[in-house]
Amino acid sequence: MRAKYVLSEVMVGLWRNVTMTVAMIITMAVSLTMLGASVVMYHQVDLMKKAFLSNVQVSIFLKTTVTPDQTQLLSTKIKGDSRISSVQFLDQTASYNQFKQQMAGDPQLLQSITPDQVPQSFRLKLKDPSEVSDIKAGYNDLPGVDQVIDQGSVLKRVFAVLGALQGLALTLAIAQGIAALLLVANTIQVAAYSKRREVAVMKLVGASNWFIQSPFVLEAMFAGVIGALIAYGGLVAAKFFLIDGSLKALQSLLGPVHWTTINLMLPLLLVVAALVSGITGWFTLRVYIKK
Amino acid sequence: MIQLESVTKTYPKAARPSLDNVSVGIDKGDFVFFIGPSGAGKSTIVKLLLHEVAPTRGRVIVNDKDVSTLRSWRIPHFRRTIGCVFQDFRLLPTRTAYENVAFALEVIGKTQAVARRVVPEVLELVGLGGKEHRYPHELSGGEQQRVAVARAFVNRPLILLADEPTGNLDPDTSIEIMRLLDRINRTGTTIVMVTHDSNIVNQMRRRVVEIEGGKIVRDQPRGVYG
Repeated sequence: MRAKYVLSEVMVGLWRNVTMTVAMIITMAVSLTMLGASVVMYHQVDLMKKAFLSNVQVSIFLKTTVTPDQTQLLSTKIKGDSRISSVQFLDQTASYNQFKQQMAGDPQLLQSITPDQVPQSFRLKLKDPSEVSDIKAGYNDLPGVDQVIDQGSVLKRVFAVLGALQGLALTLAIAQGIAALLLVANTIQVAAYSKRREVAVMKLVGASNWFIQSPFVLEAMFAGVIGALIAYGGLVAAKFFLIDGSLKALQSLLGPVHWTTINLMLPLLLVVAALVSGITGWFTLRVYIKK
Repeated sequence: MIQLESVTKTYPKAARPSLDNVSVGIDKGDFVFFIGPSGAGKSTIVKLLLHEVAPTRGRVIVNDKDVSTLRSWRIPHFRRTIGCVFQDFRLLPTRTAYENVAFALEVIGKTQAVARRVVPEVLELVGLGGKEHRYPHELSGGEQQRVAVARAFVNRPLILLADEPTGNLDPDTSIEIMRLLDRINRTGTTIVMVTHDSNIVNQMRRRVVEIEGGKIVRDQPRGVYG
């Protein structure tokens, strides 16, 4: 009986206020889509960082004037360095070959460079990628070393751009989220006002606070859940049309976004939407009913 | 049954207290009129008994319980032991007489089966047999107040509070409502009625507590309006 009463009140409440309900659902959906997108992005960037950083190479380029003794000394030092997991020495021929591969599209440049102009180098892999700057500092000033270059510094710039995008999505999500919460609070107040006679009688005859508040709170949660479902639909569409569609080229950089990641957003969005709108509704009503 | 012990109630921003060190006791089964001019503090007593407001000082004891120390989440259960009738009836316009009374049962968790058994009974008691399915606007003022009394009484409360229940009714209808309250009083329900209807007070010859300027100025067992 109680459940039936509460449910019918929820439906009547949503319908009575249908424009407000729709506005509430739309802002919720947009906000939650942004939230979902930024969580997915966060996850992708994290995956990417791990993938790139675990393969990060540090190259120690030697001066063309380096003596064999200096090279030998460096080689011994590198091999004895516990922070380095593997090392490869590229002499001038090997370096030149690699250079030729990379510059295959630019024959003019290739012609102007001879093998003796290409520096020899050590290519290192690190056990812990975060020690890159220590390594850099340790080898930069050794005799015969021209410069130490790590790929990480290039990647960091890429990550900075991605981080900024992510921050933008999160900011939008929060701004929209606040708008959505205000709408929830407003809708609940309007609903409570339109039912003020019932609420007054319920208080008078001793209905429990839970009983008085639950239809309103459920109304807010219902709108939140619908918003979350729409947001999930938005993410699925984004995966389908953007990530796997027009922006497919980006996948080589960002790595593929898996369906499991997208699908994980559904429970997350549902829980966040239901909790946040429910709690907002509950607090709004407490303030309203206490009057 | 009801005990006000040195109760003072000062509303925020009010220059003087609405009730000033008031002590009064009401026994089970009593029928008490609280009379006095507007603003004397009569309605404050109703609000204190319902715990709509808390006393500034003193104790309010209802059913042997100190209401002023009641935790807020206990208030709903406490209110189920008190029925309430107002000058403006406070019926739900979109519900029939039956539904208005049943609503009071449903929202405290009673089943529809209970409502089907109890509601016709209480509507019969207040003299509305046959009018169960009328909406408030299809009923006269007196009939609407009967619905309100039925709603207040359907839970068989120990106390019935009536705040100016005849304020919107003509003298004849008022007498009928008073007869109804008298009948309910005979079932053992304590009745506390706030009024300034001198006719009714004089006819009923029940206990009269007169309040003026927040103080009790008279307490007579079988009093008149004065």
